[in-house]
Amino acid sequence: MAVAKNKPAAPSAPRRAPTDKPGKPDEVPAFSKDDELKAYHDMLLIRRFEEKAGQMYGMGLIGGFCHLYIGQEAVVIGMQMTLKPGDEVITGYRDHGHMLACGMDPKGVMAELTGRRGGYSKGKGGSMHMFSVEKGFYGGHGIVAAQVPIGTGLAFANRYRGNDNVSLTYFGDGAANQGQVYESFNMAELWKLPVVYVIENNRYAMGTSVTRSSATTDLSRRGLSFNIPGEQVDGMDVRAVRAAGEKAVAWCREGRGPYILEMLTYRYRGHPAKYRSREDVQKMRTEHDPIEQVRTRLIGSGMASEDELKKIDAAVRNLINEAAEFATNNPEPDPSELYTDVLQ
Amino acid sequence: MPELTLVEAVNLALARAMADDADVVVLGEDVGVNGGVFRATAGLQRRFGPERVVDTPLAELLISGLCVGMAAQGLKPVGEIQFMGFLYPCIDQLVNHASRLRHRTQGRLTCPMVLRTPYGAGIRAPEHHSESTEVMLAHIPGLRVVVPSSPERAYGLLLAAIRDPDPVVFLEPTRIYRAVKGEVEDDGEALPLDVAFVLREGRDVTLIAWGAMLKETLAAADALADEGIAAEVIDLATLKPYDEETILASVAKTGRCVVVHEAARTAGFGAEIAALIAERGLLSLLAPVARVTGYDTIVPLPRLEQHYLPSVDRVMAAARKVVGFG
Repeated sequence: MAVAKNKPAAPSAPRRAPTDKPGKPDEVPAFSKDDELKAYHDMLLIRRFEEKAGQMYGMGLIGGFCHLYIGQEAVVIGMQMTLKPGDEVITGYRDHGHMLACGMDPKGVMAELTGRRGGYSKGKGGSMHMFSVEKGFYGGHGIVAAQVPIGTGLAFANRYRGNDNVSLTYFGDGAANQGQVYESFNMAELWKLPVVYVIENNRYAMGTSVTRSSATTDLSRRGLSFNIPGEQVDGMDVRAVRAAGEKAVAWCREGRGPYILEMLTYRYRGHPAKYRSREDVQKMRTEHDPIEQVRTRLIGSGMASEDELKKIDAAVRNLINEAAEFATNNPEPDPSELYTDVLQ
Repeated sequence: MPELTLVEAVNLALARAMADDADVVVLGEDVGVNGGVFRATAGLQRRFGPERVVDTPLAELLISGLCVGMAAQGLKPVGEIQFMGFLYPCIDQLVNHASRLRHRTQGRLTCPMVLRTPYGAGIRAPEHHSESTEVMLAHIPGLRVVVPSSPERAYGLLLAAIRDPDPVVFLEPTRIYRAVKGEVEDDGEALPLDVAFVLREGRDVTLIAWGAMLKETLAAADALADEGIAAEVIDLATLKPYDEETILASVAKTGRCVVVHEAARTAGFGAEIAALIAERGLLSLLAPVARVTGYDTIVPLPRLEQHYLPSVDRVMAAARKVVGFG
């Protein structure tokens, strides 16, 4: 009977997941000591920021929602290393890491989480809605995939103005199933727009795994029918991210059009969990943690001592504590702010 | 001064804005080589080049999203959506992003984009090509909604919309694209937004309309004058934010008001105006506010269209009723 024949096949497994990738050291370009230390510091800043934000959210100090980036730090830090002033970064709602990577002040970001006057959006935007034109950060967008045509528009403006700026447009594996992504791919390739689409595949669209929600799970190939090159990257290894990012950004700067990077990554925390086991998360944390990888390399190669890293840890904790303190004590917005910045 | 149709005035304003400001970019389906489905962009690509008059893929959501990104970088994109019925995919970008960019960035960024679309019934087209759902957009904080009703106002209001730092949805009444002609001077002068225009003064009743319905409303005012009823006619022109004071001042004078719109009745913009008058002008009223509107149904095909659209007779009947009230 036709019905039986039409039974869908079981979704295929991802072609390559972070756990499957050997990541042999000789395959990945090495980092200098300075690079490793910078990556360590910057990723740790995000990790500690997010841990603090998670705590403050638990304490009820943060209203609304709070989507933590823990586990994915190597993606934004590696990509940020490939940018120059003038480039744009835009992303979805899991955006704290992107903002810190862009160099936005942790105080201003944390105060926005707590809805305070000193936040980047004066306490009116919250976790998902912050901008900093000075740092090249164009949000922070709460609607899944809606940032993709906007990021493509940022790239259109770059091309129109004839500069060599590149738009880094981040979205997740969930957004990769939204239609406006493909409208954007088509336009970007048609007009050879300088945009790197960075797909952060953390394996779960809210609470549904990629394999259960996607007909094809190799998201780097989603641009093939538009002729957009794409590749999968070990998004847990900051060196691999930077190497792939450099290639993609150079491609865009040369006027060759868009590029897709699928970052195979993993978020440790997030939407209410019934969709994965504690063991799975623990396995990723112990075997693939992006920060531990750098730490192990630094110590193992003798590039840094435990003491040196402890100093970095302490400095980062200090910064985060200051941010939390600021975000707790900064005044709330004045009620008159309800009506400001709606129209001129 | 040359006599132009409304759609020619739109074309003239676009050309003027592009000539004055290199940041103005026109984009949409068929707007370039073909000059637009209604010829609103005819000749612009030849004059300003394909980089500034951009033929986009057939993807409305993309058009609106691109506009937001371009505007965030300081360009002044003017997107075209071929018919209002095709605009709904853009709602995501308009409501969730364009209208909120200023707010989210505390004014550091604004969204100086315009989305133009022909709208309204009366061109013998099927439903999606006849939509009049302006009130959906007027409900959104952070958007301007502007509707011209004459060539002169189309020119001046479109220039204002393009120069405005905030997002504007510019609804062009298809039915009068070529049905009216008027003198338009290409002087680069914008008309004010958020201001209603009193097109005719009268002491007995205030008739409020916008877009193509001004045609029937002005004709009704002419005919009512023959019956000894002096109607004041207001072109609301900007629906969001709208000019409350001009309405209230007129009703204070006349004590009677009829709102005319071709959109469906329930929760149409007429309800907003009636509520405004109830809240702030109740004591001036000598009769209940009346609404002459389309019906709560799908906009019909040509053979029923004339029954759907408010007619001169229906406007006159409503005016007579409020004037004769009590």
